[in-house]
Amino acid sequence: MSKLVLIIKREYLAKVRNKSFIVLTILSPIIIVAMIALVVYLTKVNSEEKRVVAVLDESPFFSHQFETGVEASFINFTDIPLSEALDSVNSAGYYGLIHVPSGDKIDVVANDIQFYTKESPSLDILNSIEGKIQHKVREDKLQSLNISSEVMNQLEANYEMNIVNFSGEKNLKGVNEFKAFIGGGFGYLIMMFIIIYGAFVMRSVIEEKTSRIIEVIISSVRPFQLMLGKIIGTSLAGITQFVIWILSAGILTYVTLLVMGVEVDAFQSKATISPEAMQTINEASASQDTLQLYVNELMKIPWGTLLFSFLLYFSLGYLIYSSIYAAIGAAVDNETDTQQFMFPVITPLMLAIYVGFFSVFENPNGPIAVGFSLFPLTSPIVMMMRLPNGIGGTGVPWWQFIASIVFLILTFLCIVWLASKIYRVGILMYGKKPSYKEIYKWLKYK
Amino acid sequence: MANLLVAQNVSKKFGTHTALNNVSLEIPEGSIFGLLGPNGAGKTTFIRIINQITYPDSGSVILNGEPLKPEHVKTIGYLPEERGLYKSMKVGEQALYLAQLKGMSKQDAQKKLKYWFDRLDIGDWWHKKVQELSKGMAQKIQFVVTVLHEPKLLIFDEPFSGFDPINATLIKDEILHLKENGATVIFSTHRMESVEELCDHIALINKSNKILDGKVLDIKRNFKNDTFEVGVETINKEGLKKELAEKYEVSEASFKSLGDELKLRVQLKPNDSANELLLYLTSKGAVTHFVEVVPSVNEIFIETVKRN
Repeated sequence: MSKLVLIIKREYLAKVRNKSFIVLTILSPIIIVAMIALVVYLTKVNSEEKRVVAVLDESPFFSHQFETGVEASFINFTDIPLSEALDSVNSAGYYGLIHVPSGDKIDVVANDIQFYTKESPSLDILNSIEGKIQHKVREDKLQSLNISSEVMNQLEANYEMNIVNFSGEKNLKGVNEFKAFIGGGFGYLIMMFIIIYGAFVMRSVIEEKTSRIIEVIISSVRPFQLMLGKIIGTSLAGITQFVIWILSAGILTYVTLLVMGVEVDAFQSKATISPEAMQTINEASASQDTLQLYVNELMKIPWGTLLFSFLLYFSLGYLIYSSIYAAIGAAVDNETDTQQFMFPVITPLMLAIYVGFFSVFENPNGPIAVGFSLFPLTSPIVMMMRLPNGIGGTGVPWWQFIASIVFLILTFLCIVWLASKIYRVGILMYGKKPSYKEIYKWLKYK
Repeated sequence: MANLLVAQNVSKKFGTHTALNNVSLEIPEGSIFGLLGPNGAGKTTFIRIINQITYPDSGSVILNGEPLKPEHVKTIGYLPEERGLYKSMKVGEQALYLAQLKGMSKQDAQKKLKYWFDRLDIGDWWHKKVQELSKGMAQKIQFVVTVLHEPKLLIFDEPFSGFDPINATLIKDEILHLKENGATVIFSTHRMESVEELCDHIALINKSNKILDGKVLDIKRNFKNDTFEVGVETINKEGLKKELAEKYEVSEASFKSLGDELKLRVQLKPNDSANELLLYLTSKGAVTHFVEVVPSVNEIFIETVKRN
């Protein structure tokens, strides 16, 4: 047992002290933060650059409609011909010119309004201008129909379906998407970790082979111990890296935002939210009821179960895949030879992610979701995407959860057994380019 | 002398290829044992079985009176043919790690490493990375790591391949020193002449079968056929050759010498005595050379393969 600890320690230290590991660990959060800072900076610059749009209104309707706002400021031209207006817009370097032709019917006039720009205009500005014109036309029509705006507001029928489950609890829109997003995040994390650190395990095995130290080591320890120690040591290094990334990225982001003078609140409200949506949110926060429901819904996500199963699925999935990686590393002499074996390993992982995003989000308890969350090579990822609904009740049935774990453990035992056989023979084979047939033969060696 | 290691009817197959076929060996305690044979004969497979890296399909190996078991790795020091070190690890750290894997405590390993590093004059390499060392330097460290835990049984697979002559002599002397202190040594090599003078027991392995084993002296005695290489300075070379050919089996010999004497290989018949031959030769001219031909292990090997 103490030998296993020794091996884990060495593998961990060898990984953690590696220069590229240190550089990657330190640089990644800095790069992420730099990117966030850049985005924030560019957003600020972008919004500071005001666009000027000229308005030539020959009709009586829109003269006060174009008021300087966030997206653009407006300049009113009066009593000049269109060609002259275009010339001056061009020479002044304005963003564009809105030409409202003369007429006495607002409908007709609005239809003939033209927006002259050098390039195709940005969607923001276009939306804003269209909104202003639409608003004016609507107001005018209401007036001509003799309807006051109060009446209009009363007419407004904002309908929203109430979603309730069988036990009568109220459900909320968007919560399912949010849950799927959380589950998907966990699943994605598992996939990334397996691909990155599985490859580390593989490289470390190849390194032992090419440096020819392997036979010295396995004359002291059993190959299985070495393989296990390698897998555990590498994953501990990976976890260290993850923790450092998450902590430092969090801290650095916060610090950077403070330094750049962006208040976190301001940044959030910058996100373009349509006025209607804003209204709903305001209403929601106004009515304590709805807000409470959202909070309840969030609290109802079984965080404990989720974290526990994340650790469980993560460990089992990682152990399965990294022992496959270790076996591949043992079978080859150098990294270029690994190509033919990598594809079959990565395929189930990719499949799990795609199935997750396209099928599980849509229908977490459908047959495809169930099938892939039981199949052991995809279950760690797909099951994580189903689990935010909890286990039992409306969530994943208990039998499925237990069955997937049992399948995983059985597969794990089976794969580790096979992998360690390939590993044991492979590490002592030099100069042979292994084929699947050759590896199959190794399995039969005593 | 008791046997440190006894292999009984060991067989091992890899798929359809037979690596070892019913091999039985006895390795006496305190001996230097040569496991000799061409490449691919099965030597390394046999050694890996002793090291419990692979397991025999049938047969058994007894070490120190007990069937092989995991604890035995402590009593064996093994320098494989394919040997190396972690390139990016520091020398001292690496030696400590490998020693601890053999079951030594850290303090013990440190103490003994210091002894060996001083002895081989490599103390200042402790903090160097292996990739900064030359091949010869790395070999010294591999040797230290192999013998550090004072194993009863030392196994060297192709020990002198890749060693420069100075290191080879140094290591050879160290191995002899270890033998004097009670260690049993197995040399496995296809270059039989390189270990011939070191070994007191040998086993010849060819195509997965043991074809011969025993004490080197006994084997050589069995294989010598009373042949002498002689050199005689005489005027009438052809005449002497003819006279000799009437009494003995005579053939041309070629050995290095300063003069232009008659050089012959003379094989005695069962009842002849060497002294008679010598007396006869001295009566014919000045004898410059009179040596009994002792077959080399290489020749014995070829002879045995032919006979089987």
